[in-house]
Amino acid sequence: MVQDFFLLMRSELMLILIIFGLLFLKLGNARLKNETVMNMVNVVLIATLAMGFLVKDTGMIFGNMFHTTDLIRLEKNILTLGTLIISLQSYQWLKAHKHAMEFYLLLISTLLGMFFMLSSANLLMFYLGLELSTIPLAAMVNFDLHKKQSSEAAFKMIVSSAFSSALLLMGISWMYGIVGSVSYSAIAAAISGSPLEILAFVMILAGFGFKISAVPFHLWTADVYEGAPIPVTSYLSVISKGAILFVFITVLYSVFRSMGDTWYYMLYILSVATMLIGNLFAMRQQNMKRFLAFSSIAQVGFILLGISGQSVASSTSLIFFVLIYIFSNLAAFGVVSLVSSAYGKEKVDDYKGFYQTNPLLAWTLAIALFSLAGIPPTAGFFGKFFLILAGAAKGNWLLITIAALNMIISLYYYLRVVKAMFMDHNAAPLEKINTPLSPKIALIICIVGILITGLYSGAYEYIYSLVS
Amino acid sequence: MNYALLSALLLLLPLASFVVLGIWGRSIFRKASGIIGTAVLGTIAALSVYIACQYFLVDGQLNGTYQPIIALQTEWLKFGYKELSIDIGILLDPISVMMLVVITVVSLMVHIFSLGYMKDEERYSTYFAFLSLFTFSMLGLVISVNIFQIYMFWELVGVSSYLLIGFFFTKPSAVAASKKAFIVTRFADLGFLIGILILGIQTGTLDFSTIIDRLSNPQSEAFISMTSAGFLGLSTLTWALILVFMGGAGKSAMFPLHIWLPDAMEGPTPVSALIHAATMVVAGVYLVARLFPVFHLDEIAMSVVAWVGATSALFAAIIATTQTDIKRVLAYSTMSQIGYMMFSLGVSGYGGEAGLGFTASMFHLFTHAFFKSLLFLGAGAVIHYVHSNDMTDMGGLRKHMPVTHATFLLACLAIAGVPPLSGFFSKEEILLAAYEGNKAIYFIALFTAGLTAFYMFRLYFMIFWQKEKHYDPHHGEGPMSMKLPLIVLSLLTIVTGFIPFAQYVSSNGKGFDTHLHLMFSIAPVAMVIIGIGVAYVLYQKANDKPTNLANAMGGLYKAAYRKFYIDELYLFITHKIIFRFIGKPAAWTDKNIVDGTVNTVASATDDVSFMIKGWQSGKVQQYAMYFFAGALLLAFIFIYLWH
Repeated sequence: MVQDFFLLMRSELMLILIIFGLLFLKLGNARLKNETVMNMVNVVLIATLAMGFLVKDTGMIFGNMFHTTDLIRLEKNILTLGTLIISLQSYQWLKAHKHAMEFYLLLISTLLGMFFMLSSANLLMFYLGLELSTIPLAAMVNFDLHKKQSSEAAFKMIVSSAFSSALLLMGISWMYGIVGSVSYSAIAAAISGSPLEILAFVMILAGFGFKISAVPFHLWTADVYEGAPIPVTSYLSVISKGAILFVFITVLYSVFRSMGDTWYYMLYILSVATMLIGNLFAMRQQNMKRFLAFSSIAQVGFILLGISGQSVASSTSLIFFVLIYIFSNLAAFGVVSLVSSAYGKEKVDDYKGFYQTNPLLAWTLAIALFSLAGIPPTAGFFGKFFLILAGAAKGNWLLITIAALNMIISLYYYLRVVKAMFMDHNAAPLEKINTPLSPKIALIICIVGILITGLYSGAYEYIYSLVS
Repeated sequence: MNYALLSALLLLLPLASFVVLGIWGRSIFRKASGIIGTAVLGTIAALSVYIACQYFLVDGQLNGTYQPIIALQTEWLKFGYKELSIDIGILLDPISVMMLVVITVVSLMVHIFSLGYMKDEERYSTYFAFLSLFTFSMLGLVISVNIFQIYMFWELVGVSSYLLIGFFFTKPSAVAASKKAFIVTRFADLGFLIGILILGIQTGTLDFSTIIDRLSNPQSEAFISMTSAGFLGLSTLTWALILVFMGGAGKSAMFPLHIWLPDAMEGPTPVSALIHAATMVVAGVYLVARLFPVFHLDEIAMSVVAWVGATSALFAAIIATTQTDIKRVLAYSTMSQIGYMMFSLGVSGYGGEAGLGFTASMFHLFTHAFFKSLLFLGAGAVIHYVHSNDMTDMGGLRKHMPVTHATFLLACLAIAGVPPLSGFFSKEEILLAAYEGNKAIYFIALFTAGLTAFYMFRLYFMIFWQKEKHYDPHHGEGPMSMKLPLIVLSLLTIVTGFIPFAQYVSSNGKGFDTHLHLMFSIAPVAMVIIGIGVAYVLYQKANDKPTNLANAMGGLYKAAYRKFYIDELYLFITHKIIFRFIGKPAAWTDKNIVDGTVNTVASATDDVSFMIKGWQSGKVQQYAMYFFAGALLLAFIFIYLWH
């Protein structure tokens, strides 16, 4: 039992170790340089990642509340990798920040919450994990302490997520009222798709929809993304979203499987609305962060399309897409973050002639955007292609056509940024940016990731073998 | 013979050249980059000619039929869906080997020409890097074993042509053109992608030969299931093929997806010779030819191909008669000639002499590649000399540019279809196939042949005859590197018509004989003579006849000059309809709801806490309201309406 505990919860224990370590250091008034703190955390994150890959063990503990499988392990690894990249990228922003240690405290706590959420076999456990991953995030959003926008964003986030949690919790308690249990397996065995169950399900769905910012539950996204510091924005749009998506397929596929016909059409509606609204708004954004925020809403539409396929291929393509999405989006955010912290500029127009002065960064951003737009042979194309293929298995060609049309619309605005960087003339482009080592490493990881997942097919097949 | 090694080398060399020139071109190989690129192209051109000789003369035939050779194949990715997997490989069969020769030879000529033409360009090495990338992607496209592989290279071709068209990125029109080309063809590619999905899911494979095996037999399971189920009155097979064709039509600039081609002339002229004459634009024809054994079984898809081709041929020829930009005339003429290739496939039968249309189409693709790139390179030389694209700035150039004049005239005669130049033979076969397949299309094609002769000679007379203008070129006709490709290509233009093409390339691999029917040739040749005659009368000397004629034709001339308002129609649909009815409301919501919040925050004064301000702005409540309404609506729909 004790051995199980240590083996199955090793990633969680590692994170708890970081949290307590930081806490004691903080309480003990340790005068550590920010860089030291960052390096320490990064090393432990790498260790967590390595342990996640090396030790293989599966099982259930805590009275079947907490379980681990190879797939969950992989999902946790993906999230840890993403967090590591973000941690590396926040170097420039954090190095002069007064509260770097607290930032990491909060960051790791949210990651821990996500891990619990992933491992939960029970709606209550899931809810606890969800809150643990949300509340510290709102504090992180507020981390540009002298900026009003940042505080406003944090406030908006906490209020709207309280609202969504309320609905979610109501859905969960109704489920409990109907079934008499909150464990996944008991609910799966008991539900049949009665109107009351549908109502409860819709509330739970709305809770998920809020987190992944599916239309019409997305309204908080743009404001919060814009107000938050860039590393937090990227964390919100990539890691936090990825974790929820992982849980979402588990809940849909194993808990609500018998209601599949109903939620297929719900996802259909959400998917179409999300793609359309996300794209139409992204088209006219001038602020890079806002632009990436709306484009990430549009991406969720594609993900919902893939999920609606209800097959092994759907789960695989989702996980594969999230992996690619982490690389592509973090590469884009990484460059935006460098520019922002060097010059405080975030407008698309500021990137005019960027290629003349910063060719490498321009290429990085271009590859990332191409990948987000889904242009072959970048990884993003395969991600989208698999999602569409998984959705197409249902034979709903109308939905596929809408998705394909949206790919074109999105191409337009991604290309706009590429055009600004490479083709627009600017007498005084942003000057050359000196990239410190750790953001550089982060960008290299991202680009290598985009290229490898795009050109080498092993990743997809590996995920597929785990899912089936 | 080791095809795997040679053909892999064929792909890897230009890729390596792209990487090397792309990374070190600006620093180390600044001067040498042109030479490096050209040397690589020379090597692979020799390689592909060697492969072609080996394939056609030694290894390709088995019992009198050309067999495809899979030089290389490896499974690259398993989908986990219905055994679907993607292979990457190299397929050598008559049409792909022919394409290899066309691409490498034309690309080599363009490289050599560019050595002189682009000499003073600041981004000289980048240009050659892009050319290498384009050549690599185009070669990858034609040797694909798998419909998915072709799609990937297809997009790569799109990306590299985007880079090349937008090469003069300081010109706003070039940037706009490259974007337009990219987005229009991407739109078409969507159809292609959906077509691939349908084909893949229905037949359970993406492999060309397996798709063809499973679908070309009307008794097969896949064929029956695809023809029995349908959507909107057409069978699944028809839909799949039409969607695949849509991708092809986009790349090949078929009506109504042609709008990008004339604008794409903003790119450097040698690029147009490569991309818009011989390689990328014929990719659509190649795609249909590749799937021809499936296409010919579906009458509706075939007639779509035929009529889209015929419409484009006629439509583009009419527009070409009114344009004054030398490159735009050539662009429309390309579109028209590709229309010929397309409808020739569309009217063709399968196997033996019934498959004449297929052979004729490929033959025309082959001959057209040489004389059209010759025309473009000639135009490049003229533009280089005159520093203008406009025909009204030119005239009397035959004395100034004797080599260009002679080769350009030869190419004009070839494209018009004057015997015994190559264009005559291939066009003759197309007309014969159309005559046997579809009389209406035959007459359209015949009329278009006359128009072709007319606009080409209008172009020729306006550039090289008429009254001499004052030129200030600071240099002669051009360096040897610019003249040599012209000469080589004109030799090819003369020679290629005599190749017994039907022996090598046919719809089912079995060669057959073609004969020249003298009686049949009378009508087309007469049309050509009339066309040239009219052009001579109207344009050989500057006079006011063309203007009078244009006035007399009034509306029709104006409509043709404005390209039948197709661009305006697209603009109307995108700006007036999409932007007004979708974009504007979206913008309004965004401005008033999303931006409004930010603006409120920005204007908040220091003495009022922004948190209260944010609260008072009421927007978060609004968000919550939408949220709640959305959830309620979903619940309502699925509880009351769905069941």
